[in-house]
Amino acid sequence: MTIPQLEKKAKEIRLTIVKMVGPGKQGHFGGSCSIADVVAALYFYKMRHDPKNPKWPDRDRLIFSKGHAAIAQYAALGMCGYFPEKELWNLKELGSMLQGHPYLHKTPGIEANTGSLGQGLSMSCGIAAGLKIDKNRAPRVYCIVGDGELAEGQIWEAAMSASFYKLDNLTTILDYNKLQATGRIDERLNTNPVREKWEAFGWHTIEINGHDMNEIVESLDSAEKVKGKPSIIIAHTIKGKGIPFAENNAAFHNGVMTQEQYETALKILSEQGAM
Amino acid sequence: MRMQNQRRVYGETLVELGRENKNIVVLDADLSKSTMSCLFEQEFPERFFEMGIAEANMISFAVGLSLTGKIAFANSFAVFSTGRPFDQIRQGVAIGKMNVKIIGSSAGLSDFGDGATHQSVEDIAIMRAIPNMTVISPCDAIETKKVVRFAAEYNGPVYIRVSRNDVPDIFPEDARFVIGKPVVLREGKDITVFATGTMVYEALIAADRLSGLGISVRVVNVSTLKPLDEESIIRLSEDVKGIITVEEHSIIGGLASAVTYALRGKGIPIKTIGINDEFGQSANTYDELLVHYGLTADNIIENAKALY
Ligand SMILES: Cc1ncc(C[n+]2csc(CCOP(=O)(O)OP(=O)(O)O)c2C)c(N)n1
Repeated sequence: MTIPQLEKKAKEIRLTIVKMVGPGKQGHFGGSCSIADVVAALYFYKMRHDPKNPKWPDRDRLIFSKGHAAIAQYAALGMCGYFPEKELWNLKELGSMLQGHPYLHKTPGIEANTGSLGQGLSMSCGIAAGLKIDKNRAPRVYCIVGDGELAEGQIWEAAMSASFYKLDNLTTILDYNKLQATGRIDERLNTNPVREKWEAFGWHTIEINGHDMNEIVESLDSAEKVKGKPSIIIAHTIKGKGIPFAENNAAFHNGVMTQEQYETALKILSEQGAM
Repeated sequence: MRMQNQRRVYGETLVELGRENKNIVVLDADLSKSTMSCLFEQEFPERFFEMGIAEANMISFAVGLSLTGKIAFANSFAVFSTGRPFDQIRQGVAIGKMNVKIIGSSAGLSDFGDGATHQSVEDIAIMRAIPNMTVISPCDAIETKKVVRFAAEYNGPVYIRVSRNDVPDIFPEDARFVIGKPVVLREGKDITVFATGTMVYEALIAADRLSGLGISVRVVNVSTLKPLDEESIIRLSEDVKGIITVEEHSIIGGLASAVTYALRGKGIPIKTIGINDEFGQSANTYDELLVHYGLTADNIIENAKALY
């Protein structure tokens, strides 16, 4: 897929997010929209995967350690055809295959149960290590973490184990949107500086604009070439990106759109040529 | 009477399993020389993961390994393997029914010298409360071997409690382990003693001595604490004057809770022997602690007399 095509996919993901949640209902818009471009690049450019065969052993894996942003992944999975599009509109309904947080056994294409922050990176390390034991198989593992999530001590336990076990089949993407649930990370609990920390923990680091598709694609390609250590792409992003009233607004971390806001969001995202 | 060390047999069984099945992987958090997972490390270094003193990461990492088809055994002391990573077990292992086995080593008071911080009185309670979790407390080294084999074959989360010390053999080598089945080790018609883990042996001694006093005691080994075979518990309780539960664990949330719940509304007299909602402490010997907390044949005898 070309860069403009990928950009279009990202917009489509955002539009789908808005439609899935709808007006009057709570949804994690902020952290889902900030990572939408990266998610588009992963599903429509980088990852080897087969929506018709979600358990294909050689597939690359994507784990949302920041599981609350699952709607971005659901949108992409739906667009890829992992399940019928109509499932998207049952989000979080009783009996729905699309749970509030990623649920392995209910949703095709979901790789791990996450939602309790700080655990998905460890799981991703375990998956990467497991795949390395079977040396004939070399799929890549992608893991998305949040900058607020970095306050969890377990993240750093995982970081140590990944470099110790030389998990060079693991690429982590930090959704560096500078906001957590209740405000700015540097005012709530500062997890900065991030790059220095990851380097100190033995990781290869790449810093990009997480909304620039060229930079996303290049960083994903270059991370794959690093040998002997795990990589982290520090993607500078804007929380709520693409929905003006949600942008940089911690209140829209898990926000509720009014009918008016919903229509505004639909209009803006559609005008951007998402569909 | 042959004494064997439960954790050594555990470690040896892991090695046997490792030879038979290349999907067995083992993790430890810097206690491999105590949990005896070091035996597996020696033979299969490429399938052993030293996770450092980081139990949370160990459990979630094990979940990741299981997601690639591995059968992961995660080891530490029972206090650390169930307490520190409770959330990782709940969210990561149990909700998704991952093929992860959690080993609670040096369980109960068996790490007698190290005191309250290292003695697990609530590990069974914590694990029993989690949906999808199977909880087993084998009574001797022979049963331990069978339980570990069961865990490797069973596809899902299992918690296994392992004592630190030598324990007498109770089962013959060829005994079968059937998940969920309480085993009547000795028949009796007056009192039934339900015991788990290290307390099974104390129950057998008590039964022997009580028979000399004319009290006939049935001894039942309840190694599977969850799922609990309520029907058998009821059947083995209804034909006696009263029952006693014995465990090296708090009376809250363990065998006492499980059995009394199974017998709810039946009006059967019940005595519960266990640790009475308090922490352990250091002692020079294990036996000293067992006496202090009433986890002895003597105490079982006193309770049986009271029921008789
Ligand atoms: C262990 C845990 N604690 C708290 C929460 C509640 N929670 C969900 S999202 C969130 C903030 C996450 O911030 P960040 O990682 O920066 O994600 P983003 O801002 O990108 O959405 C919190 C506190 C949780 N899901 N897990």
